Formats: sequence, structure tokens, C-alpha cells
Amino acid sequence: MSAPEKMNLQTFTQGLWKENPVFVMMLGLCPVLAVTNTAMNALAMGLATTFVLICSGFLVSLLRKVIPKQVRIASYIIIIATFVTMADYLIQAISLEVYQALGAFIQLIVVNCIILGRAEAYASKNGPLKAVVNATGMGLGFTFALLCLGVVREVLGGGTLFGMQVMPDRFQPWSIFVLPPGGFFVLAFWLMLFAAFEERKQKKGVTA
Amino acid sequence: MSDIAQDAMELPPQPSPFRLVGTLGGIAVLSGLLVVMTYQWTKPAIERNQREALERAVFSVLPGAVRSEPVEMTGQTVFAGFDEADRRIGFALESEARGYQDLVRILYGFDPDRQKIIGMTVLQSTETPGLGDKIIRDPAFHANFEALDVSREVEVVKSGAKTEAWQIDGISGATVSSQAVGQAIRRGAELRERVLAFYRGDQTNRTDQTNLTERGGQP
Repeated sequence: MSAPEKMNLQTFTQGLWKENPVFVMMLGLCPVLAVTNTAMNALAMGLATTFVLICSGFLVSLLRKVIPKQVRIASYIIIIATFVTMADYLIQAISLEVYQALGAFIQLIVVNCIILGRAEAYASKNGPLKAVVNATGMGLGFTFALLCLGVVREVLGGGTLFGMQVMPDRFQPWSIFVLPPGGFFVLAFWLMLFAAFEERKQKKGVTA
Repeated sequence: MSDIAQDAMELPPQPSPFRLVGTLGGIAVLSGLLVVMTYQWTKPAIERNQREALERAVFSVLPGAVRSEPVEMTGQTVFAGFDEADRRIGFALESEARGYQDLVRILYGFDPDRQKIIGMTVLQSTETPGLGDKIIRDPAFHANFEALDVSREVEVVKSGAKTEAWQIDGISGATVSSQAVGQAIRRGAELRERVLAFYRGDQTNRTDQTNLTERGGQP
């Protein structure tokens, strides 16, 4: 990567839109498809991932001069696994219901490539403050993407939003949307929307 | 010497193995420390949550219960539920059976006087969302367990085909999951026998005690 840039708004917004981990980089799709059957699960998963992203980014950045290159991936994995275990306990302490709904996917945050990717590509090359700001942006971008899927799937698949009924009584829920295939459909739909949006923006840039 | 070995010689000097191991060890110690701290810190809250969840489950299968008390049976703990007047309503028993994807664990309320199940809740399941997971909330399915006769073998029938008190109306589209609940209840027969034996023994004791206090005279 190039010489360290100054921290600016880009550091934060990068993950929200331009390099959105899900819609643009297409990383960490496993939890995106698996736990977005309700908006609440999507939000909880997004926040848990954000917590791990921020903490591991901070610690990796602090230790970036201490960790020899040869063992860096092993070190990052230990650091990430530590914060995932902490997130696991914290979620159990906050709400058992959410914990049961997310199931194994909390532990699987360890292997979410967004986190390792950020540690390797960003936190290991930048100061702690920048790493935290960038990780926050990425985490929120990830949460946003999960919510995009979760909201659509819960409304169409169950007629509810955050557990509250939003569709009229006569609405027959499309169960397919809360089942795994629904995850693929809704993800495809959002990717299409994003791609179309980007394309239009680029065309405008050429003609202008 | 091979080319590969020569290439390796030209690379920047390797840090000593001690440094590598030391770094990893240091990070692991730090990690252990953080995990233990979080564990200690969240332990009371987690235990409280689990206790509350179990208590909620016990109260939900024993309508009217406001207090519960664990009773040790051989190999298993059941919960006795008491109402406001401290009368025993029944016992909450746990059971499990294989569902569509994984074990379905249920808790149900058992009234030994009438030999009936008076409530059921699913403690743990990974049934298909939208289909099998209806066993958790579907009101029509749960109505089966308001007064289910367990004096004889319980039977799961097709949705809407229930005619007898010992039959369970299944959920259409969730046959396997409904069957799992029925199976879990059938499997509890032996435990129910033991609870019944305990209950009868306890009741005779209790009547003796009441008689004693009555004879002793109350102010």
C-alpha cells in the first residue's frame, strides 16, 4: 500500500458505501445469508461483528510493530478469536433469546474474512485511531447490509418487522424468504440494485 | 546447495524462533486474560438469564404457578410449581426426541392428580424456520397441551383429526416436528411414573403432617 494517508472522512465512510464489505467486496457472505431471517438477528449479528472488528483492529494496530511478519496471521487469529469469545459471553449475558437465535454463527465470526481482511490490509499498517475509525465504518457498513436483507426477509417471510406486525392480517407470509433460499434471492436483488446504481453513476460521470 | 536454499539466504534475516514463539505466547497470555476477565464479569448475568429462562418456561407450562421448586428424581431434576395459595399445581418435566434437524427439547407441565399434561414449551430446537418451528408458537398446536390425557399412549394425528383426549393435532407441513413433540412426551412415560410414585408418597406424608398440626390446634 502507499504511504500512510492522513485520516479523513474517507477513512470512516469507505466501509459504509464505496467499499461496503457485503455489497461491493462480497466478503463474509456466510452470516449474511444465514442469520438475516429476521431484522433482530441481522442487527445483533451486525453489532457483534462490529464489536469484534473494532476491538481486534485496535489491538492489531497497537501491536503492529511487535508482531513479526512470519507469525502475523496466527497472531491475528488469536486476537480475533479472543474478542469473538468475549462477544459470545456478552451476548449470553444480555439476552439468551438472541444467543439461541444466532446459534453457532457467533463463534463463526472468527472465520469472517472481513475481520481478518481488515486486520491484514488496514490495522497492521495504520495507527490505532485510524484503525478504529475504519473498523467502525466497516462494521456499520456490514450491519447496514445485514439489515437490508433482514428487513426484506422478515417483512415478506413473516409479515413482521422486529417482531411487530407490519402487514395486514390477510397477508399470507412467503415462508421461502425466511428459509435459506430466500437469503440468496434477497441478496441477489440487493446486489442488482447496487450494481445498477453504480453503473448509472459511472455513466453520468462519463457524459458530464 | 540448492537454489531454494540460496534464495532463502538472500531474504532479510529471520527473527529468532524465540521471538516468534515469544510473541505468540505473549498474545495468547493476553488473550487468556481477556477471556477469563469477561467470563468472570458476565457469569452472574448469564446464570441469572438461564435461571430466569427456565423459571419462565416452568411457569408457562404450569398455568397459575407463581413459585417453583426443584425436586430431585433419580437422574433428573423436575420442577414442582405452586400457585398463590401455595398449592401444588403440578410438575414441570423435561424430555427430548429427534426432530427434523436436531434434538427437540421440550418442557411440559404434568398434573399427577388428573394424569394430564397441562402445558408445553419448546426449550431448544433447530426446526425449519417458517414450517417446523411452528411447534414453538403455533397457538392451535399448543391448545393440544392444555389437557392432554397421558394415562395411555399419546398419539399424533393429522391436523384437525383429533377426536380423543390423548391425541395431538399435528401441524400440516410440519409432520416430523409435531411427531417429535409426541415422541418426547411418550418417552417421558417412565419419568411420569416416578413422579407419580413420589407424588403419592409425598401426599400421604403431607396429609399426616396436616393432621398433626390440626390436632396440635391452631391459634
